Amino acid sequence: MKLIKLATVAAVAGVCATTGVQAQTLAQTKEAGHLKCGINTGLVGFAFTDDQGNWQGFDVALCKAVAAAIFGDPGAVEYTSLTGKTRFTALASGEVDLLSRNTTWTLTRDVDLKLTFVGVNYYDGQGFMVPKALGVTSALELDGATVCIQTGTTTELNLADYFRANNMSYEPVPIETNAEAQQKYLADACDVYTTDASGLAATRASFEDPSAHMILPEIISKEPLGPVVRQGDDEWADINRWVLNALLIAEEKGVTKANVKDMASSSDLDPEVARLLGVEGDYGSMLGLPKDWAANVIAAVGNYGEVFDEYLGPDTPIGLERGLNALYTDGGIQYAPPFR
Amino acid sequence: MSVATGAPPPTFRIDMLWRDERYRSGFIQAIAMIILMLGVAWLVNNTIENLSALGKDFDFGFLWQSAQYDINQRLIEYNNQDTNARAALVGILNTLLIAVMGCVSATFLGVVAGVLRLSKNWLIARLMTVYVETFRNVPVLIWILLVAAVVNESLPSPRAFRGVDTGAFVATNRGFYIPAPILDAGGGIVVGIFLASIVALIIVRRWARKRQDATGEQLPLFWIGLGILLVPAVLAYFVLGMPIRLEYPELKGFNFGGGIYMRDSLVALWLALSLYTGAFISEIVRAGILSVSHGQTEAAAALGLRPNRAMRLIILPQALRVIVPPLISQYLNLTKNSSLAIAVGYMDATGTLGGITLNQTGREMECILLLMGFYLIVSLFISTVMNIYNSRVKLVER
Repeated sequence: MKLIKLATVAAVAGVCATTGVQAQTLAQTKEAGHLKCGINTGLVGFAFTDDQGNWQGFDVALCKAVAAAIFGDPGAVEYTSLTGKTRFTALASGEVDLLSRNTTWTLTRDVDLKLTFVGVNYYDGQGFMVPKALGVTSALELDGATVCIQTGTTTELNLADYFRANNMSYEPVPIETNAEAQQKYLADACDVYTTDASGLAATRASFEDPSAHMILPEIISKEPLGPVVRQGDDEWADINRWVLNALLIAEEKGVTKANVKDMASSSDLDPEVARLLGVEGDYGSMLGLPKDWAANVIAAVGNYGEVFDEYLGPDTPIGLERGLNALYTDGGIQYAPPFR
Repeated sequence: MSVATGAPPPTFRIDMLWRDERYRSGFIQAIAMIILMLGVAWLVNNTIENLSALGKDFDFGFLWQSAQYDINQRLIEYNNQDTNARAALVGILNTLLIAVMGCVSATFLGVVAGVLRLSKNWLIARLMTVYVETFRNVPVLIWILLVAAVVNESLPSPRAFRGVDTGAFVATNRGFYIPAPILDAGGGIVVGIFLASIVALIIVRRWARKRQDATGEQLPLFWIGLGILLVPAVLAYFVLGMPIRLEYPELKGFNFGGGIYMRDSLVALWLALSLYTGAFISEIVRAGILSVSHGQTEAAAALGLRPNRAMRLIILPQALRVIVPPLISQYLNLTKNSSLAIAVGYMDATGTLGGITLNQTGREMECILLLMGFYLIVSLFISTVMNIYNSRVKLVER
């Protein structure tokens, strides 16, 4: 029996051969000279290429921040675009070391897929987008509709739950990437497109005529999106967690991309800011990072609020409000533990 | 080395292992075997080590947990509370459906195109050449995407049919609807009679052939056959009060209801796979026909056989011997190429077991192994069936 098992394992070993990756991610990253970061294949606002062909976006900014913390250089990143289906395999096999790709934190992923979510960089929920011409105003009117979904996502499962709970039927059309879903939706091959509400807003912003489409009021799930690393390398998880926390603390304390240099050399500093920027104490070495890592992060990408405003905020075509993602001091739930 | 000690020569020296013809072959085979085993051992070890490094075990228990996702095309009852194993079965049936549909239509297309390519009509022969060369030389994935895009972008959406009398067949950008036969009470009897007619037809044909062998007389088999096939079934249909009717598709809410729904993904995959594989089969058929020497045709003509009978009785049986073995490969190719289904969202075995189940449970190794096992079994089954057929048509040596 054991022999059969071994033989079958061997049959696919060639396909699945992975390199042993545990516990030395930071050392390996430093040796490689760049961070291996997994991002979306393309979602306006979260991960997209600018006119020079460089990756930009809310999720991409986190890759840059981690690279800035380790190397002091936000450009030291090797990006890998991943679909909903390929992302976890890529992370588990070591093809990427950080997955920053609108990934929902769930129990199965955290526990059974052996991943570690280091925080939540966007609190989201699943919504529905329909053409206004359809005349639908509520998700409860969607009985019998054809729904485009990105396969391999939590939205696929939420959708099944929601329609079952409301005793409605639907025709799922599984799709690999956001771009394909957009094409099908615009060709009217599906009545409804469902994904995270932020993704819907981003997708709609890229349409020729965004006003012809509406996002239905129902939000049918909790989708806490966050950066993910492999389970088992706590040191690496800590670095990523605290880079995200540093971005939030910087916003809370008013440290911005523009003033971070001046603040670091100023003599009259808020004690927490002094610790954050490495003026006081040596918190960097605890993480295996340079003393001024957080200052480098903020100088490279700005604080959390700046990143949000640059890619998703009201002044962008996507025009998302902060909502739940405001700091706890502004009525949101973004709350970082103290930096000490 | 057992080979060496099996028959000890009077003066055995170690270099005889590679210098002496008696030992060389065995020695080289033994070395090759050892290297192969070492390679396998390395792969097994690597896999086990990495699985444990990732903290993953090897367990098929997930198959009996609820799948929690929906599948659009279901040939059997399935809902999102059913197990992953059942979801996989739904996908497997979808794969088999597309494989059977594809093989039938590709064979039909291939035979027609192959024969027409040999036509003396210049235009038809050239047209078939264009068909074969364009489809053979572009990757099948591109064809699948192209057909899907054409269906999605050029046909009207179901909404465009609001207030329109649609009739029996509807073509929308979400797929095609055809009438569905509905059996009322007594409908089963009509179907049963029709099936019995088919059996009767086969028996009559056998009898007619025996009679021809014995007496040399031929029966007008086509008309007799048509009569046996249709007359009883049609009579029963009217006697029982027309118990079979057609259900037409009707616009209900967002989509059409009723009728048989052939999804855009199914049509795209079916059409692209058939056209692509058909191009290869047409070349096989052409080669098979050309392999029969022209002397056979002339000899048949000299015996007084008309061209179509010469083709049916003399040329084709000989051509089949050349055609069948490469045809098996094409059927296998088509079946395996159907795993490209996910590109257009057709939920085949790769889409369910190797796609959503794999992704939602994170059991890559187990899912991929099961998937490989499934395709292996299907391919071996097709090979076996076709090999049995091949042994029936191949040259019988006397």
